[in-house]
Amino acid sequence: MFERIRVMLMKEFLELKRDPWAIFRLVAPLVIQLFIYGYAATFTVNHVSTVVLDLDRSQASRDLISHFPATGRFEIVDNVTSQQSLNRDIDTGTAVAGIIIHAEFAKKLLNGQSAPLEVVVDGTNSNTALIALGYVSQIVTIFQADYANALGVSSGAAPGAVSVSLQERPWFNAGLEDRWFFIPGVIGTLALMQVVSLTAFAVVREREMGTLEQIMVSPISRVEFILGKTVPFFIIGLADVALVTVLGAAWFHVPFVGSPFVLLFGSSLFLLAAIGLGLLLSTASRTQQQAFALNFFLVNPLFILSGFAFPISAMPAALQWFTFINPLRYFIVILRAVFLKGVGFAVLWPDFLGLALLAGVMLGVSVLRFQKSLD
Amino acid sequence: MSGAGGQVAVAAREVRRHFGALAAVDGISLSVKQGEIFGLVGPDGAGKTTLMRMLAGVLRPDEGEIVLDGVDVLADPEAAKARLSYMPQRFGLYEDLSVDENIFFYAELFGVERKARKTRAAELLDAAGMTPFRRRLAGQLSGGMKQKLGLVCALIHTPTVLLLDEPTTGVDPVSRREFWGILYSLRESGVTILLSTAYMDEAERCSRLALMHEGRVHDCDTPARLKQAMPGVLFAVTAPDPRAVRAALQDAPGVLGALLMGDRVNLRADSAARAPELAARLHERGVAYGDIAQVEPGIEDVFVALTGAGAA
Ligand SMILES: Nc1ncnc2c1ncn2[C@@H]1O[C@H](COP(=O)(O)OP(=O)(O)OP(=O)(O)O)[C@@H](O)[C@H]1O
Ligand SMILES: [Mg+2]
Repeated sequence: MFERIRVMLMKEFLELKRDPWAIFRLVAPLVIQLFIYGYAATFTVNHVSTVVLDLDRSQASRDLISHFPATGRFEIVDNVTSQQSLNRDIDTGTAVAGIIIHAEFAKKLLNGQSAPLEVVVDGTNSNTALIALGYVSQIVTIFQADYANALGVSSGAAPGAVSVSLQERPWFNAGLEDRWFFIPGVIGTLALMQVVSLTAFAVVREREMGTLEQIMVSPISRVEFILGKTVPFFIIGLADVALVTVLGAAWFHVPFVGSPFVLLFGSSLFLLAAIGLGLLLSTASRTQQQAFALNFFLVNPLFILSGFAFPISAMPAALQWFTFINPLRYFIVILRAVFLKGVGFAVLWPDFLGLALLAGVMLGVSVLRFQKSLD
Repeated sequence: MSGAGGQVAVAAREVRRHFGALAAVDGISLSVKQGEIFGLVGPDGAGKTTLMRMLAGVLRPDEGEIVLDGVDVLADPEAAKARLSYMPQRFGLYEDLSVDENIFFYAELFGVERKARKTRAAELLDAAGMTPFRRRLAGQLSGGMKQKLGLVCALIHTPTVLLLDEPTTGVDPVSRREFWGILYSLRESGVTILLSTAYMDEAERCSRLALMHEGRVHDCDTPARLKQAMPGVLFAVTAPDPRAVRAALQDAPGVLGALLMGDRVNLRADSAARAPELAARLHERGVAYGDIAQVEPGIEDVFVALTGAGAA
């Protein structure tokens, strides 16, 4: 048995070797997609170009302004002396946000009065604007605390008497880096896409070329053939997970607080399910084109119904039921939990159980269907 | 030659296979003796491929029995696999692998010992005239060379029964001759060959033929005896417009069938004495013709006569 699986593996390896772009094709989309998700798919706004109009020119006003670039959220691109100049900067797109500190800011602050601070944002990208406003309020809160402390030390006034007036804005995603949320999910998504399509195409290709029929008259059994055909993709899938994990941790500084063994175990179950899915696709396709179309059909709903981007709890009940037969759903929970929370089997066992059941059913069904598809 | 005593290498009994409502193979029985080159001929869709796939154990019959070299294929397909080799209509080669690597792969799959593999591969490649191309990628071979490589791969494990489905379709005449050279030498060494073919000249080279039509075997005998068994005699009528000749004669008394053959019409009639009558009819109708001569029937004529396909 192992002898014949080894022969299949050798053949796969030879074919891979013949195709110098294969490795590139395997790795490049993965890395590119990781970077796209890492940088683009984020709710966080950084380096908002900002114009400052300081009409007070006091120690306090300068102090407040210095808080803005310090966070990295804002980048001061211009200091102006009139409201018109500030408006022009925003209209021309030189700046996305304007901060106006009105006269007597420091005086009012010192007197415990409400000190006026005005923020103007370019509302064309309402999302960015809202987020930027959120940051402003965060920064002001910090400033207030710092100022109150400084005041408390120097004059003994009660902290908390200081107030800067800024309209309260809804604040979401506070403190949490979106990348931390996305990148673990990206691992599952990318591994799924790659392994399902690789498996489906590889098997359909043998069918299309007629080599499948040829192999079936040799002493190799169907299970041996399937093993020889899918073990490489299992390994590739594990390498995918490892690569994206390492890149995510090293490049995007996503914390990895959990156990690599929990991740390995979860990944293995997940990849088995993905391979089962790929085999299932291959049994339903006569040509690579059909497999491509089916794959396209399948991967998007799996992605959307995984909880990767859209919370499952917000979905209609019928769709929520669908997520239970989606291996990605379980794996994303496991990934996020392992990365960010560091929990293990004690907490994650329902997800592992779900994944194991799915993997078993999918592999079983696909092997049976594969038998049938040979007729 | 054929019909001579010897062990039965391939036996099928009342084999049937349906695809939906279609009876692709509709109760076929045949028995092929060891060392025969047995041919299946029949039009597209006759069920040749379906029958071969069942003999090879890749497709399960709905009914029937298949015994191959003493092994019940349905009960023990694995044991049968070691003895047989099946070359589908399109042999599956790995186009990204070289000639040698393809052979290596199929040899390993069948568990052929390394030493045996080397000598056998060298012999087979030599017989196929492919020794200079051992390092070439299979995808870059010509159609004929691909088929020959397929045969080499199919023979690497020294099977005793060889099932070939239209092995020479699309192969140039030179390669076809080499191909048949290999088949003859295999027969010498006792290999039983069952092949399907669309070429009538190849059919004539078989020791026995089964004429297949719509999932059934209509007749099964040596090419010579099949020809003898053809009812009636055959006339070849050459003419500038063979269609006109066929139109004029196909309903003539005593004519059993008319088959267009390029520049002539092959007419099957109930007796050799009909010739003057036929000539007179052509005169009467003003159809120009060159010559009416009695000829030896080819397999195609026999096929048409025996299966009723295309007959008047
Ligand atoms: N897997 C299949 N599913 C459905 N129908 C099939 C299948 N295989 C063959 N058939 C049908 O069975 C009939 C016999 O097909 P088969 O391929 O055996 O004919 P053939 O004699 O080999 O023809 P050809 O000379 O074209 O190769 C055809 O009508 C074909 O369409
Ligand atoms: Mg066929």
